[in-house]
Amino acid sequence: MPIVELTCISCPLGCPLKVETDGEGKVLGVTGNTCKRGEAYGRKEVSAPERTVTSTVRVEGGVPPVISVRTRTDIPKEKIFAVMEAVRRAVAKAPVQIGDVIIKNVADTGVDLIATKSTEP
Amino acid sequence: MSQSGIHEIAIIGGGPAGLAAAIAAREAGARDIVILEREKELGGILNQCIHNGFGLHTFQEELTGPEYAARYIRQVKDLGIPYLLSTTVVDLRREEDHVAVTSVSRRDGLLQTRARAVVLAMGCRERPRGALNIPGTRPAGIFSAGTAQRLVNLEGYLPGRRVVILGSGDIGLIMARRMTLEGAKVLCVAEIQPYSGGLKRNIVQCLQDYGIPLKLSHTVVDIRGKERVSGVTIAQVDQNLKPIPGTEEDFDCDTLLLSVGLLPENELSKAVGVELAPATGGPRVNESLETNIPGVFACGNVLHVHDLVDYVSEEAANAGRCAARFAAGTLSGGGREIPLAPAGAVRYTVPAGVDPVRMDGEAVVRFRVGRNMRKAVVTVLAEEPGQEPRTLLRRKRPVMAPGEMEQIALKKEWLTGDETKITVEAREEDA
Repeated sequence: MPIVELTCISCPLGCPLKVETDGEGKVLGVTGNTCKRGEAYGRKEVSAPERTVTSTVRVEGGVPPVISVRTRTDIPKEKIFAVMEAVRRAVAKAPVQIGDVIIKNVADTGVDLIATKSTEP
Repeated sequence: MSQSGIHEIAIIGGGPAGLAAAIAAREAGARDIVILEREKELGGILNQCIHNGFGLHTFQEELTGPEYAARYIRQVKDLGIPYLLSTTVVDLRREEDHVAVTSVSRRDGLLQTRARAVVLAMGCRERPRGALNIPGTRPAGIFSAGTAQRLVNLEGYLPGRRVVILGSGDIGLIMARRMTLEGAKVLCVAEIQPYSGGLKRNIVQCLQDYGIPLKLSHTVVDIRGKERVSGVTIAQVDQNLKPIPGTEEDFDCDTLLLSVGLLPENELSKAVGVELAPATGGPRVNESLETNIPGVFACGNVLHVHDLVDYVSEEAANAGRCAARFAAGTLSGGGREIPLAPAGAVRYTVPAGVDPVRMDGEAVVRFRVGRNMRKAVVTVLAEEPGQEPRTLLRRKRPVMAPGEMEQIALKKEWLTGDETKITVEAREEDA
């Protein structure tokens, strides 16, 4: 059975994973992981890889000039650049609070883009 | 402040280390703490580390840098711990019963602060181009990766469009992805060593995800350009890290980012007479994270460069608790220190010694190895006069790497107090 070798990115340990598949996309097993998150990552990475996108959005008025943002959860990896396109066009209006939704359902991922910082401390 | 005008604790730096030290010191009973921070906000380098991956150990969830910082800043504010922003400490002096802290700020001018204990939490700096001896011209467009990170993430500027990155430290890897997401073309990351200095997950999610080549055993041998960088030449290096003639490759680019290592920032430590350890560039400390200057403690990246902020917070909390005990006069000890000696592939340990009386139930000993290893064994040996060395701990590690900090817990109950030396050793199992 085909085995895909991966490095887990769930945490900084970076465990070396071996994901066994049936050759048609079905995962038969994951080894090399040292936690549950590693198994979940291995299963997902060979079928529908996902990533969290972090970036900055311009702030109207310009103090501070930009505010940091992220997708609330992971989004499909192939949507990263679509999300970035929406992020580039977005302008946030101060004051922004940490956790505020900056773009709802960003790039049709079903995931919101949220602020990771407040404009006023 | 007490009537004598002397604070219990002054904390130099309001980044992750300073924040965690302040919170822990307050929780350990110190009432009168002040944090001095040179930036205009608390949080330190976390403010520009907008990527995720922070806090998995501490909070069991994955946060971005600003979110991680916000949790500590919130606690500092809730506890009512005072902090001075835009305030740069320029000198430290050990006086009879206190440490004199001299700082400057636009608002207060020259300010003298006195404290019974001081926690050094100044963090680290990036190694600059000047430390690398790269030949070539001196055009604009050469940035340390952290400077580029600040420009993009805090100030909203993209510092270049076609980028080569020298050094595969984590900040360089993170910036390879960040610049790519912002529309720049990152041509390659060149690393002089045969292995990356960054975390494996960053190789995957910052380079492989975006098809950015990582050229191991390669370095920059020429920088071209008059006003602005117009190109760089990269060549392969041999085992002695010398460029191999004939392997040169030219890249047309307008930007070169350097991610070639971090150096603890210890000018203030030196000013107050703190002894530094050559292997870390940071203070030599004991189990209480106290330096050779009584009442001066150190934690975080000023002590030794960490990979994970979670461990910075943990270490800094320990420094804060010990500083609180010092300020209260309860950090007493036997006065005898057992030195910890690195052996085999272990380059250094923090702390560099433990007081067997003063130490808590256990002391966390952090260390790094100097080379990549597989099937390694970490052994902790105690030596006592007239006796065979005693094994305190033996632990197998499938993989060890210079880029990843290791730690063990040294338990007080293992010690007799008569040890002359404790050796922390890492070597291959079959060696």
